Amino acid sequence: MNENWFDAMKQSWKKGLAFFVFAGVIFFAGLFLDNYFYQQQLTFIGIFTLLAVGLNMLMGYAGQISLGHAAFYGIGAYTTGALTVHLGWSPWASLPCALAASGIIAYIVGKPTLKLSGYYLGMGTLGFGMIMHVLFREWGSITGGPNGLVGIPSLSLWGIDLSTGRNYLWVVWGCVLITFFICDRLVNSRVGRALRAIHFSEQAASAVGVDTAKAKLQVFVFSAIIAALAGFLYAHLVMFISPGSFNFLVSVKLVAMVVIGGMASIWGALLGSTLLTMLPEWLHAFSDYEMVIYGGILMGVMIFLPQGLTRGVLDIYEKFRIERKQPAKD
Amino acid sequence: MMQELLQYLFGGITNGAIYAVIALGFSTLYSATDLINFAQGEFVMLGALLLVTLWLNLGLPLPLAFVLVVLAVGLAGIIFERLAIRTVSKPDPIVLVIITVGASIFLRGLGMVGWGRDPLAIPSFFKLDSIEIAGAYLLPQSLFIVITVTILVAALTFFYKKTLTGKAMSACAINKKAASLLGIGTERMTLMAFALATGLGAVAGVMIAPITMATYDMGSMLGLKGFCAAMLGGLGSLWGALIGGLLLGIAEALGVGFVSSGLKDAIAFLLLLLILYIRPTGILGAKSSHRF
Repeated sequence: MNENWFDAMKQSWKKGLAFFVFAGVIFFAGLFLDNYFYQQQLTFIGIFTLLAVGLNMLMGYAGQISLGHAAFYGIGAYTTGALTVHLGWSPWASLPCALAASGIIAYIVGKPTLKLSGYYLGMGTLGFGMIMHVLFREWGSITGGPNGLVGIPSLSLWGIDLSTGRNYLWVVWGCVLITFFICDRLVNSRVGRALRAIHFSEQAASAVGVDTAKAKLQVFVFSAIIAALAGFLYAHLVMFISPGSFNFLVSVKLVAMVVIGGMASIWGALLGSTLLTMLPEWLHAFSDYEMVIYGGILMGVMIFLPQGLTRGVLDIYEKFRIERKQPAKD
Repeated sequence: MMQELLQYLFGGITNGAIYAVIALGFSTLYSATDLINFAQGEFVMLGALLLVTLWLNLGLPLPLAFVLVVLAVGLAGIIFERLAIRTVSKPDPIVLVIITVGASIFLRGLGMVGWGRDPLAIPSFFKLDSIEIAGAYLLPQSLFIVITVTILVAALTFFYKKTLTGKAMSACAINKKAASLLGIGTERMTLMAFALATGLGAVAGVMIAPITMATYDMGSMLGLKGFCAAMLGGLGSLWGALIGGLLLGIAEALGVGFVSSGLKDAIAFLLLLLILYIRPTGILGAKSSHRF
């Protein structure tokens, strides 16, 4: 009993330290990184990390695939864009609207869609994503049509301009940190256990009294709201949004981030989003061969490390350690 | 009005027949392996681009070029199965979705490197004038497509119902383990299903090339639409693929004609959601189909 308590304390202390170190790294990265390009890259990584962490809650923990998550990202971006550009609202007033819009749409769409599973769920969410993309492109009076929406204001708070590379980096990564914290609490709560039970077996989960439909819908809405937050941050960062940023390929990229980083791991989502955001930059050197290599890497990781990089590398490390220990045992 | 409607119908049936061929590919593969290949559209693209090389650049006679293209793409499908699908250590739907999506990006990149970014025009196969029916015009190419699709469906039905190999393949679809116990080489059947599915993709690519032109990125939308058609008709059902394809093509044509051309791409996915909610097994799908 006492020992358990001690272990739990040690665990939570370790986790607290990890968060603390993470926060420190972000703070100093913002402080010492002077190159505007790197600051912006890091900010983009933060936005994609938000998206990946949210999607990870749905995919990694609850085991429900979504191939249309870019739609919620887009809903967040376009809601705040339309409200600030057409109606002249302050971004801080449009933020709750963007989050609410995404959450409500997720609720309406999720209710019938989450009854499906496997490929069928993937296809249902894909269809939804496609329809939203067409809507972004064709509803010209609100979304600016294929040319996009121009003139989205930048963020400022109490007279502090948040649009500079350094400040915005802190804003975005601050959101990431808070989301990490919330997700971590959720995962280790009753709700999180229910979600993992659903992932393992939906029938078994409902047999022990988990309201599976409700739990799935809740996590779907939750991840849609996080995606909308990412969309909000994206819209006010680049101040211009167009349908191309929210299409099927982006949805696929988000799924790839979660899967490549390693499902059911918050830090895996961070790794996946970092790699997949940086990869196109690194592959620019290959110009025409960029797509070939990108597709090849995606396939290769999934073939050889289907558990994702974090899990896969850990497995290799464990194997190595056991092999080293074996001779000593004999 | 009547004339307009008929014109839209002709266009819709032509596109629908193309969707039907791609849907046939999805259905063939799904019924033998329980797999959805997101790269199916890219094999359509490969078919169209290879036709440009063999027919226009190398000057081979069209029928020979057609056959060679289908064989080459079928071979590419076999290589794809051996290298990227059979090697998977954990065949989870999510993992397989990412692998096939990765393959689609890979193949699109290959298409771009090999044939460039510009759309390549392909002349019509027939030097005939359009046929006029009640004021609406029907392209000979459309007629050719519709006839080919019907023949394909009939031939595939014959293959599955009457030949030993076809029956063995259906057995694999029903229960892989039991089929294997009866001495059917299930791995060989999977390989054949891949060759057949990608070959069908190539047929679609060859037929649509004169209508839309061939580019490296033509495949993704066609693939997704073909999938919608397969779902509409019932995944795994051959005649369902034909019905689903034609239904989708006509719905799109009417939507474009009477509502707005911008909504064209939304129609397929609206129909997809509708069928998923109401009847996930599709119009002709088996009633007791499992939903994973």
